[in-house]
Amino acid sequence: MSIFINKDTKVIVQGITGSVGLFHTKQMLEYGTKIVGGVTPGKGGTEVEGLPVFNTVVDAVKETGANASVIYVPPAFAAEAIIEAVDAELDLAICITEGIPVLDMVKVKRYMEGKKTRLVGPNCPGVITPEECKIGIMPGYIHTKGHVGVVSRSGTLTYEAVHQLTERGIGQSTAVGIGGDPVNGTDFIDVLKAFNEDEDTYAVIMIGEIGGTAEEEAAEWVKANMTKPVVGFIGGQTAPPGKRMGHAGAIISGGKGTADEKIKTMKACGIKVAATPSVMGETLVEALKENDLYDRCVTNKAKA
Amino acid sequence: MNIHEYQGKEILRKYGVAVPNGKVAFTVEEAVEAANELGSTVSVVKAQIHAGGRGKAGGVKVAKNIDEVRTYANEILGKVLVTHQTGPEGKEVKRLLIEEGCDIKKEYYIGLVLDRATSSVVMMGSEEGGTEIEEVAEKTPEKIFKEVIDPAIGLQAFQARRLAYNINIPTELVGKAVKFMIGLYTAFVEKDCSIAEINPLVVTGDGNVMALDAKMNFDSNALYRHKDILEYRDLEEEDAKEIEASKYDLSYISLDGNIGCMVNGAGLAMATMDIIKHYGGDPANFLDVGGGATTEKVTEAFKIILSDQNVKGIFVNIFGGIMKCDIIANGVVEATKQVGLELPLVVRLEGTNVDLGKKILKESGLNITAADSMADGAEKIVALVK
Repeated sequence: MSIFINKDTKVIVQGITGSVGLFHTKQMLEYGTKIVGGVTPGKGGTEVEGLPVFNTVVDAVKETGANASVIYVPPAFAAEAIIEAVDAELDLAICITEGIPVLDMVKVKRYMEGKKTRLVGPNCPGVITPEECKIGIMPGYIHTKGHVGVVSRSGTLTYEAVHQLTERGIGQSTAVGIGGDPVNGTDFIDVLKAFNEDEDTYAVIMIGEIGGTAEEEAAEWVKANMTKPVVGFIGGQTAPPGKRMGHAGAIISGGKGTADEKIKTMKACGIKVAATPSVMGETLVEALKENDLYDRCVTNKAKA
Repeated sequence: MNIHEYQGKEILRKYGVAVPNGKVAFTVEEAVEAANELGSTVSVVKAQIHAGGRGKAGGVKVAKNIDEVRTYANEILGKVLVTHQTGPEGKEVKRLLIEEGCDIKKEYYIGLVLDRATSSVVMMGSEEGGTEIEEVAEKTPEKIFKEVIDPAIGLQAFQARRLAYNINIPTELVGKAVKFMIGLYTAFVEKDCSIAEINPLVVTGDGNVMALDAKMNFDSNALYRHKDILEYRDLEEEDAKEIEASKYDLSYISLDGNIGCMVNGAGLAMATMDIIKHYGGDPANFLDVGGGATTEKVTEAFKIILSDQNVKGIFVNIFGGIMKCDIIANGVVEATKQVGLELPLVVRLEGTNVDLGKKILKESGLNITAADSMADGAEKIVALVK
């Protein structure tokens, strides 16, 4: 089991003929993801990597039976690409694109109300269920199959956490990058809820950063609902206020969105918080041992 | 991207938002000329810098005649203003706004921001104008009123009206306030603002509703579709190293410490600063070289770090995903060849092609300290700069 994606997920790539889209299509195919086609307006009827290319998402869905899409469309056109995926009633759209104007995303969110599609991202590394399906740009080989869920606003910090887990023989059920933008599709609570309901996930690592209050809200949700241990980390403890730290959403404004505030709330809600990014894996192991889950979570005995 | 007050008012005027008449001046003579042209009995001389708190720092003066305009312009131009937003080094005033004075009856606050919790634009209003909204929010949150705006239909007149009544705009001026708010909202969405703050909005003795100040920030991701806004960019207000970095599409923020950092990914870059601090050091910068960095980009990043005189050591922390470790290693070697390296350098490489990357560094003959993990690297660089 896993969340959002598995070996049966059939994926189309929006922006498959662009250099980034093409590069990652090859990587995803190599990982074993079931990519069934691509979409680039004007290139319908051609083939890329042996995959059919369509002019519209609706055509691609009709011909291939795809239920998920990954979007590598440039920022000026990405919001519309998401809307097209939603309009085609896909179950899942994962938008990797960084740099979408935030007011475009405000409109996308409004459009998506009451619609069927789950959006992950934008500005995210994607979603991976190890050894089954990789949708996005993460390096596949660092992941191993297992029982720890990972959810994060940052790509590289997700890799760091996954790597630390794999090094300790602890596999992952699914790793979800929700992205670093201030307005995104799936949030921490959506992912935590899914992990809570997934019988194959025994514990969760949640990685946040400065800006907004999503971590605080997620912590309150964990306290009220989560039946599995959650450990956390917050990046940006030393970030100065008023400066955007790379991600569009990583900014302390008006004294709000500080790492201290988030860490305080998370701890108060029973989440163990790693003091440094180096001990995310270690902190999870401690939590697993405290909850008698360690043995069940070790999927590679040689490394443990 | 930030712009100056006078530029913000130029934009607002185009959207039918009432602002006092005014002119920008770069010299004392221009300031006097501007005041003469405005012909008002009282003029206001306002320092134009990209920071709030100018009034308290002595950057805003009311002149009762032309002689006083000259005196104040002379005093403020070239002055270094230190406000709560400039940092201790302050900012030098190079531009003035000369504006006609007005008869203020009462000051209010109106602001538009993106509310992340509702993924919507929210208009906020308060009758506590002139003070900072954060302070009002802290002390008297009940005095802040909000209207969440549906992007499909925009700010509705009834919402603007409700807000105007809530903040006690005089009844006979509510119509003007509504026009003001709708103009402000239209400017916000059409120009892709991230903040539009009018503090204070004033009601005048002659029955006007005007923006006495204007703070506008723009979403840098949307600037590609606003060439007119890009022209307002004032490079003198920005950090030279940050400007250089932006040319190479590097995300760089200058900080006060002495350990230069080069990292891939925004989250890891922030976490690297944190872990340096954790081991007792101080980061000199935030730098994300991005996922698709080339040897050239890495070289430029290295040069920018070295151009900071405070830097006493460098920590390179890379988790190679798509970004391959050998590319980073080549960039580091190339950069040190070009600019020389006398400072301690600690490199932590992990991920794709890590062995190849380590080999390149080792065979370069450079004096590089290798680290096994983030923690190890942070400890080593902190020890080396002590």
